[in-house]
Amino acid sequence: MANPILELENLKVYFNVGGGFLKKKDVVKAVDGISLKIYPGETFGLVGESGCGKSTTGRAIVKINQPTEGKILVNGEDITIIKGANLKKFKQDVQMIFQDPYASLNPRMTVGEIIKEPMDIHGIYKTNEEKEKRVRELLELVGLKPDHIRRYPHEFSGGQRQRIGIARTLALNPKFIVCDEPISALDVSIQAQVINLLEKIQAEMGISYLFIAHDLSMVKHISDRIGVMYLGNLVEVGDSDELYNNPLHPYTKALLSSVPIPDPRVAKSRERIVLQGELPSPINPPSGCVFRTRCPKAMEKCSQCKPELKKVKDRMVACFLYDGDKE
Amino acid sequence: MDLKKDELKLTPDLFEKLDENEKNAEKIAYESKTYFQDAWVRFKQNKLALAGLCFIIFMVACCIIIPIISPYTYDGQDMTNSNAGMSMAHLMGTDKFGRDILVRIMCGGRISLSVGAIAALIALVIGIIYGGISGYVGGKVDMVMMRFVDMMYSIPDMLYIIMIVVVLEPSMFSILLGISISSWMGMARQVRAQVMTLKEQEFSLAAFVLGASKSRILFKHLIINSMGPIIVSVTMLVPSAIFNEAFLGFLGIGLSAPQASWGTLANDARQIMMAYPMQVVWPVLAICLTMLALNFIGDGLGDALDPKKK
Ligand SMILES: Nc1ncnc2c1ncn2[C@@H]1O[C@H](COP(=O)(O)OP(=O)(O)OP(=O)(O)O)[C@@H](O)[C@H]1O
Ligand code: SF4
Ligand SMILES: [Mg+2]
Repeated sequence: MANPILELENLKVYFNVGGGFLKKKDVVKAVDGISLKIYPGETFGLVGESGCGKSTTGRAIVKINQPTEGKILVNGEDITIIKGANLKKFKQDVQMIFQDPYASLNPRMTVGEIIKEPMDIHGIYKTNEEKEKRVRELLELVGLKPDHIRRYPHEFSGGQRQRIGIARTLALNPKFIVCDEPISALDVSIQAQVINLLEKIQAEMGISYLFIAHDLSMVKHISDRIGVMYLGNLVEVGDSDELYNNPLHPYTKALLSSVPIPDPRVAKSRERIVLQGELPSPINPPSGCVFRTRCPKAMEKCSQCKPELKKVKDRMVACFLYDGDKE
Repeated sequence: MDLKKDELKLTPDLFEKLDENEKNAEKIAYESKTYFQDAWVRFKQNKLALAGLCFIIFMVACCIIIPIISPYTYDGQDMTNSNAGMSMAHLMGTDKFGRDILVRIMCGGRISLSVGAIAALIALVIGIIYGGISGYVGGKVDMVMMRFVDMMYSIPDMLYIIMIVVVLEPSMFSILLGISISSWMGMARQVRAQVMTLKEQEFSLAAFVLGASKSRILFKHLIINSMGPIIVSVTMLVPSAIFNEAFLGFLGIGLSAPQASWGTLANDARQIMMAYPMQVVWPVLAICLTMLALNFIGDGLGDALDPKKK
């Protein structure tokens, strides 16, 4: 296989919260040792409950959050220590699409100015005419009218704004885009349109996506591979169809059992698992396996040591249940 | 629902393809208006604010025009006609040297209004830069910068102003310096608070991800979006600067004669107040009405520029 475009090596992102005069600070272990690889042209879906560290992972990749430990390699280069011209190149190659289309566009700039901004920053085009021509092309590409160029974001609907945001990231011809729940703020009827647009762009430009969502069924549709996160850890990584049809990790099973299934035969064969208890706080995660407080299959061993993400059959799983059947 | 079953029968010909126009039905909601055009519409609905604005425009126009078209000058003395009352020749009468009070009030207005405007602008620039950096950089830098502001705040305004004016000799420059130095802290605090909240918003994160420099993010994204509240507080700074300058004049450490601001005019007239009360009333009226009008404008702008009101 080709070299990965993105590689996370034991990535940890901790936040200091609270604390103050004579008070100890708490550490939020938002991301606690994730490793994964994403290949050119691939879509990697990242799912998990709210607060499990998906956004933090995505934000670390675009350098909004500083890693506490571990490496982030883009095209083999560690971006946490990148500087100068390489940093500039990195900013062109790696982009992000945000969750909230109402907050991600500067309300004081016209659509044209918003899409032009990355071109200005990186000096891609010399003259204003060239820039404007490119803006019009991009607007057309994302399904908006070129004459929307002088309008302001508040005049558009959520779906249209998300398209403007997409056009802005495409202005730099990126190779990798972090999509942080790009559709969760949109109407269901618009969601599919935006997904289709993202797929079309991927087909045309060969971009890789890290696609973050909390809804497995949506991620399955767009992703080649899926990673399931729980409390800052990756618990299962696998091919999207196989993971969806045959989940191995108890947490993935629970996640999937809450997804309604249209096919009654499949639905019957699947037990419905309702997770017990609350999601533990990332300030004080459980010892051993982070999922053990809610795991229906938890064993004694699970509280003593932490299961590693290991190869099980066709995928990677972090669970002691599968210690026996390595291939 | 009382639709009968057979009424619901759907056949393919019930569906037709959307034509191009309808496809864009996820549509442009309303007329293209910029934020400030929008604010203007809301501002106009506030009658008090609009009246305030008209008054200020009228006042500025008078201050510019009347000294030019009047046959009198602000320092032209006529001892034969001193302390005259109101007449057609001198609409507001004359002072103890026989100078036309109307012209003196208007020339004083030029000084008072410019002091107000310039001091507010200086406070604005310092406040934006100081507060912007403090809020954007955050952390320890922010802490140190804000403690300094707190310290400056704890000293009464008038203390600096009088100290600076006395040390540097009363002049336009020293008065402006004193007033600006005493009034930028509020602005800095406000800009900082705005920048702190805006910098976590996705549009400024987006600018960062696109590779925008710190100064670009600060000025093109954060400050621009704080403009609403900033403009409101600048409007409020103008009357307080006018008042401070007038107060200095009244204390007798304002501009030196024959130049005069509203404050020094009131101070001069004070000595003969018992005999000629109207000579005090005119400058005081000018100060009061101007401050009132500016406060109305500030309130109106506050409502008009607050996006949450929409
Ligand atoms: N800047 C920050 N400072 C402190 N804690 C943070 C910060 N950012 C995130 N966190 C914490 O880190 C944890 C992970 O947050 P994150 O936003 O990555 O979750 P998420 O998986 O994206 O959730 P969601 O589905 O709600 O977006 C949360 O407990 C959150 O409170
Ligand atoms: S390691 Fe233990 S607690 Fe964790 S998921 Fe597997 S069985 Fe459950
Ligand atoms: Mg998130």
